[in-house]
Amino acid sequence: MSNVPENAPNHCPGTQSEDAGKASACAGCPNQNICASGVPAGPDPAIELIKNRLSNVKHKILVLSGKGGVGKSTLTSLLGHGLAARFPDKNIGILDADICGPSQPRMLGVRGEQVHYSGSGWSPVYVGDNLSLMSIGFLLGSPDDAVIWRGPKKNGMIKQFLSEVEWGELDYLLIDTPPGTSDEHLSAVQYLSGAGLSGALVVSTPQEVALLDVRKELHFCRKLGVRVLGVVENMAVFVCPNCKSRSEVFPATTGGAAAMCEELEVPLLGALPLEPLLARATDAGHSYLQLHPPASQTLAAMEQILDKIVAACESTS
Amino acid sequence: MLENVKSVILVLSGKGGVGKSTVSTQLALTLKERGFKVGLLDVDLCGPSVPYILNLENENIHQGTDGWVPVYLDKEQRLGVMSIGFLLKTRNDAVVWRGPKKTAMIKQFLEDVYWQDLDFLVIDTPPGTSDEHITVMENLRQIPQCSAIIVTTPQEVAIEDVRKEITFCRKTGIPILGIIENMSGYQCPTCNECTNIFSSGGGKSLAEISKLQFLGCLPIDVRVGKLAGQGLAAVKELPDSTTSKVFNDLVTVLAESIQNGS
Repeated sequence: MSNVPENAPNHCPGTQSEDAGKASACAGCPNQNICASGVPAGPDPAIELIKNRLSNVKHKILVLSGKGGVGKSTLTSLLGHGLAARFPDKNIGILDADICGPSQPRMLGVRGEQVHYSGSGWSPVYVGDNLSLMSIGFLLGSPDDAVIWRGPKKNGMIKQFLSEVEWGELDYLLIDTPPGTSDEHLSAVQYLSGAGLSGALVVSTPQEVALLDVRKELHFCRKLGVRVLGVVENMAVFVCPNCKSRSEVFPATTGGAAAMCEELEVPLLGALPLEPLLARATDAGHSYLQLHPPASQTLAAMEQILDKIVAACESTS
Repeated sequence: MLENVKSVILVLSGKGGVGKSTVSTQLALTLKERGFKVGLLDVDLCGPSVPYILNLENENIHQGTDGWVPVYLDKEQRLGVMSIGFLLKTRNDAVVWRGPKKTAMIKQFLEDVYWQDLDFLVIDTPPGTSDEHITVMENLRQIPQCSAIIVTTPQEVAIEDVRKEITFCRKTGIPILGIIENMSGYQCPTCNECTNIFSSGGGKSLAEISKLQFLGCLPIDVRVGKLAGQGLAAVKELPDSTTSKVFNDLVTVLAESIQNGS
């Protein structure tokens, strides 16, 4: 299923497949002769290229969720700020692989910045001394610009992001993804197969309609052999700012992330409350950590989640 | 293709998790309650939510002489549903497909489902502006009675992606009926204080800036959330809720449009 050329027909078996050039779908495809010639297609040279490029990056973490709007980008930005504050001597990078809906430039407060291309590659945008970001958002002329691309073009962009960004020495590279189990996810996992992926962090919210899609994402990880570092449950409880009573905005009618994690045997790293201040901070591009919110449950939960992620990453290297 | 469908309504949003599937299902249910014949097509292949929301998870699609027979919610067959969810063996199964395969599946959904005569076909989509959307648009281009409803939540980070979806509609020439804002405010069940968890007013100002009709605000209503999984219409179960009012008004607009159009 890898390497489907842009001009291939709908049921293209993929140029790497055994059926390449021989399947019924290949009839009439302009690439049929190349595929049928039987020259064994080696592994994508990009994998080696990316391995070299990311040789100075210690831990590479994918942030995934089958469901949209659960807080993948929010969690990624929180983690980025959290790791950067915890390890002032280490460098953290964030790669925004959401090509059609990039949110990181806004959340990290670097909208409108430019990335520069030099001889050694693209230089990412620096959010802080030790936190850098690369996103397609930096390449768009206006916020109204839509990236209307099919899969192969998105894959090409992700390949470029992985092979051509000059990150320098990084301890953590966090890769924020769009929802789903399709091109962006497959490409990221395949392109990183040489460089080595530390694992995936899966984000969910408590209600069944979200968990349903998150189960599919965990199935995806299992299918592709991606280690699941753990699941983070977001928007778990809401504390009313007026009366301080707790309520469930998205009720966990089926036991929430805890029940799902038990069923599918993956670790649950923690739960973040539904915090209006956090939503406002990400909209404004402020670091939630620097707002020093008093007695914040989000911060306390975040610290624990960070502990577990760091421990899980260190245990493998 | 879709010759027997009077009106096609696409439910779109650049952003995920804003309530596209909730809007799609409640819109379809409201239309059904008003006596229309409705089809609901779920083209979210990697994260199909419609079968769960309508409590149809264990149903199967059958191949009839005229094509795939959709799953019907009611005996009178006033609401037919098609989703990839009906084709998966277990609910944990992932559809790990790249674009070309998704495109082929959607083409089949558009061409091979035998909907019978429909007043409305509602199409629920995944977030983004990519394969699924391009395929749907390319295939619906020949169909004049097609329009889009855009769903957003109030916060900037959602609005930013939704602006991209509006650009997409304009580039592909699909008329936009208007914008619905979801998750507008949350009323604390203890003290009734309303908190704008995801800020407020974003949908309305987006409609003004992009010169589109604003179709209303849906509050975060836990009662509506709980209807998911049961296949019940908010207009029937919670007739006094704001949600019901928004959907009733929307259906009135849609009903006029097909009467005028056909």
